[in-house]
Amino acid sequence: MIPELGHFALILALAVAIVQGVVPMIGAARGDAAWMSVGRSAAFLQLIFVATAFFALMYAYVTSDFTVANVAINSHSTQPMLYKVTSVWGNHEGSMVLWVLILAVFGAAVAGFGRNLPPPLRARVLSVQAWIAIGFLSFSLFTSNPFERVFPPPLDGRELNPLLQDPGLAFHPPMLYLGYVGFSIAFSFAIAALIEGRVDAAWARWVRPWTLAAWCFLTGGIALGSWWAYYELGWGGWWFWDPVENVSFMPWLMGTALLHSAIVVERRNALKAWTVLLAILTFSLSLIGTFIVRSGLLSSVHAFATDPERGLFILLLLGITIGGSLILFALRAPALQPGGLFAPISREGALVLNNLLLLVACATVFWGTLYPLFLEAVTGDKVSVGPPFYSRTFVPIMVPVIAAMALGPMLSWKRADLAGVLSRLKLALGAAVLAVLIAYYQQGGAILPILAMGLAAWLFTGAVTEWGGRVKLFRAPLSDSLHRARHLPRSAHGTALAHAGLAIAMAGMVAASNWKVEAVQILRPGEQVTLAGYVYRLDSVEQAQGPNYTMDRARLTVTTVEGEFVTLLGPEKRFYPVRATSTTEAAIHTTGMADLYAVIGDSDGQGGWTLRIFHEPMVPWIWAGVLIMILGGLISLSDRRLRVGAPQRRRVPAAADAPVRA
Amino acid sequence: MRRQLLYLVPAVIFGVIAGNFLWGLISGHDPRAIPSVMIDRPVPEFDLGPIDGMAGPGLKTADLSNGQVTLVNFFASWCVPCRAEHALLIELVKFDGVRLVGINYKNEAEEARAWLAELGNPYAAIGADTTGRAGIEWGVYGLPETFVIDKQGRIRYRHVGQLDTDALKRTLRPLLRELGK
Repeated sequence: MIPELGHFALILALAVAIVQGVVPMIGAARGDAAWMSVGRSAAFLQLIFVATAFFALMYAYVTSDFTVANVAINSHSTQPMLYKVTSVWGNHEGSMVLWVLILAVFGAAVAGFGRNLPPPLRARVLSVQAWIAIGFLSFSLFTSNPFERVFPPPLDGRELNPLLQDPGLAFHPPMLYLGYVGFSIAFSFAIAALIEGRVDAAWARWVRPWTLAAWCFLTGGIALGSWWAYYELGWGGWWFWDPVENVSFMPWLMGTALLHSAIVVERRNALKAWTVLLAILTFSLSLIGTFIVRSGLLSSVHAFATDPERGLFILLLLGITIGGSLILFALRAPALQPGGLFAPISREGALVLNNLLLLVACATVFWGTLYPLFLEAVTGDKVSVGPPFYSRTFVPIMVPVIAAMALGPMLSWKRADLAGVLSRLKLALGAAVLAVLIAYYQQGGAILPILAMGLAAWLFTGAVTEWGGRVKLFRAPLSDSLHRARHLPRSAHGTALAHAGLAIAMAGMVAASNWKVEAVQILRPGEQVTLAGYVYRLDSVEQAQGPNYTMDRARLTVTTVEGEFVTLLGPEKRFYPVRATSTTEAAIHTTGMADLYAVIGDSDGQGGWTLRIFHEPMVPWIWAGVLIMILGGLISLSDRRLRVGAPQRRRVPAAADAPVRA
Repeated sequence: MRRQLLYLVPAVIFGVIAGNFLWGLISGHDPRAIPSVMIDRPVPEFDLGPIDGMAGPGLKTADLSNGQVTLVNFFASWCVPCRAEHALLIELVKFDGVRLVGINYKNEAEEARAWLAELGNPYAAIGADTTGRAGIEWGVYGLPETFVIDKQGRIRYRHVGQLDTDALKRTLRPLLRELGK
């Protein structure tokens, strides 16, 4: 009964979305306030229906209702409750419902917080949101119904893929989707602006917080996925340039560009068409990120079920959404009024440079991800593009991005004094040289990673210097600096934190990808292996029983070469009988400067076990850096000027002038 | 005018990319065959009746462990790639003498009968999986899927998606030959 209720609610949500997609749009064109206000209540209603569907599905999972095919395929009665809940989105059909739910939440948020938006703009935005919802609700209902029943029901389910039974991955999809779908707001605003023919500072003030929030979520989602890959796959790596990772990274790059160009629109009323284009592209890449792994075009470690018919539906959906909005852009964007002028050396100039470089970086990732497909189309050859491609293309593009990032925030608007700014960066240059020297003495070896460490130090010090300059750190009495810091706009703190966080993460990435060492050895209990100054002794391997798996658990004692005790490590190898799948649970001990990482492999049948030990330098810095970036984003988000719903001036009752423009 | 054309560039680029995607989908290319957890395990328990209105006993687990190498093909009349691979299946039966059985997945009996009448029926036996239950047991993701079962009734190979001459030549035929020894 409950699943049917959920199915019914999903159908109702589609009906409401159709109303929401049509009525407010017509209302906005005709200046009819009553018609426009339909959007608001429809958005709330849609949230109620989609949430009902989502919780109905969750109910089926929690109660292990195996008459529902989706539950039977993806859950099992012995699964811990947490994973029964997360199984809801651990599969194609359920994750679609989550996607639509988040879309509805954002739609309702615009409806709720958007009281002070000009009514025609709000009506149009909500309508565009509803168009997206129509596409994905019908996709869900017509090709991926999560509520389908099976008869006779199986005695027990086939269980969630054991690799996905993990706390890190449990919250990875919701975070990622909050990011992807969050960009739909920027997209809807962009489309509404194109229809209206007007982009102004108020528009940018609205778009920025949504983009920033989506960016924070996406950053967190990508990091969670990467973290999961790091400790769950047991390969000792945290980024594989896998298509699934790439498709989440592309909207991040584009969204970062959008975030920065929206500043220019808000402050200087320039780069309007460009910002609109970025908003469209960011959401387009989010859509591609959601769907390409489901379409059967590319496959990967965590690809969902592939089905060519579904693929065609997806392609049609993407074609209409992306193609349609780009054609609308081609038709309407030339009419947007160009804004303020600026010299190449200026804050605007730096942001344009940032945008162009990020766009190129994104294009390389796009090319690398889809090149195999293109090549096969042209020559029929099958290739796979791996990390070497990206380290030769993506990495060099990021070098000028990082180098300019320390400069950018110090430049003034319109026209800046480059020499003056460079002189403020003496300290950063010194830090860079120092970092290079330290890396050289500590590590030696190839020169490029050592220089990259210098670049990270440059960015970090540059970000701190910029912040320090604003609060007159060490130039004024400390109490004065504190006073200034308190009155500095929060977004200034956010910028400095985000940039410094990237520097920290970058140092971690460079070190981890260049200076990792590993040992693979068969050990019997009592034997030991030495790696990077630590001694790993295998004490024992025991068998144990988990809730829905059995496992071999090793006990390793780690000491320094001098014999000082460091830690105990307990890597596990789990076997899930329902799916007949094994997973590895790496044991990780972090010293702050490095991770000691151990994975247990197979038994050799003669009392020995394969052990893989990794020494992962500075990996914790990656996670710390990413957290600082997110913190920077959140602090920016709390800025008064960006706060959602902050009062803003409205020049004219916007309902009156809208029809003229449209 | 030239400025207008500039704004068209994104749409054109997208058109090219979308065209490529379309090719990727309809050419039936296989990015990476999906490995099955069922490989090297016995055929799952299932017991299906025949398609309504057709003769024959249907298909059950025991039919697949009778000392013969068998190809199990999941198909349905609503599945477009199934139609495309059908000719190959007929060829396989005719020229290679393979024992082919089918599982008609979530299909109206009437449509399935019409489909087989139109394209020919190469299957030695067909089970009608009207509920999709057997599909769950076999771990079928999407149609068509083809499994190779050895003489002992174990699943040895799984092909996801449409069979093509390439797959036939490179993997299926050599495997069938080896298992047939």
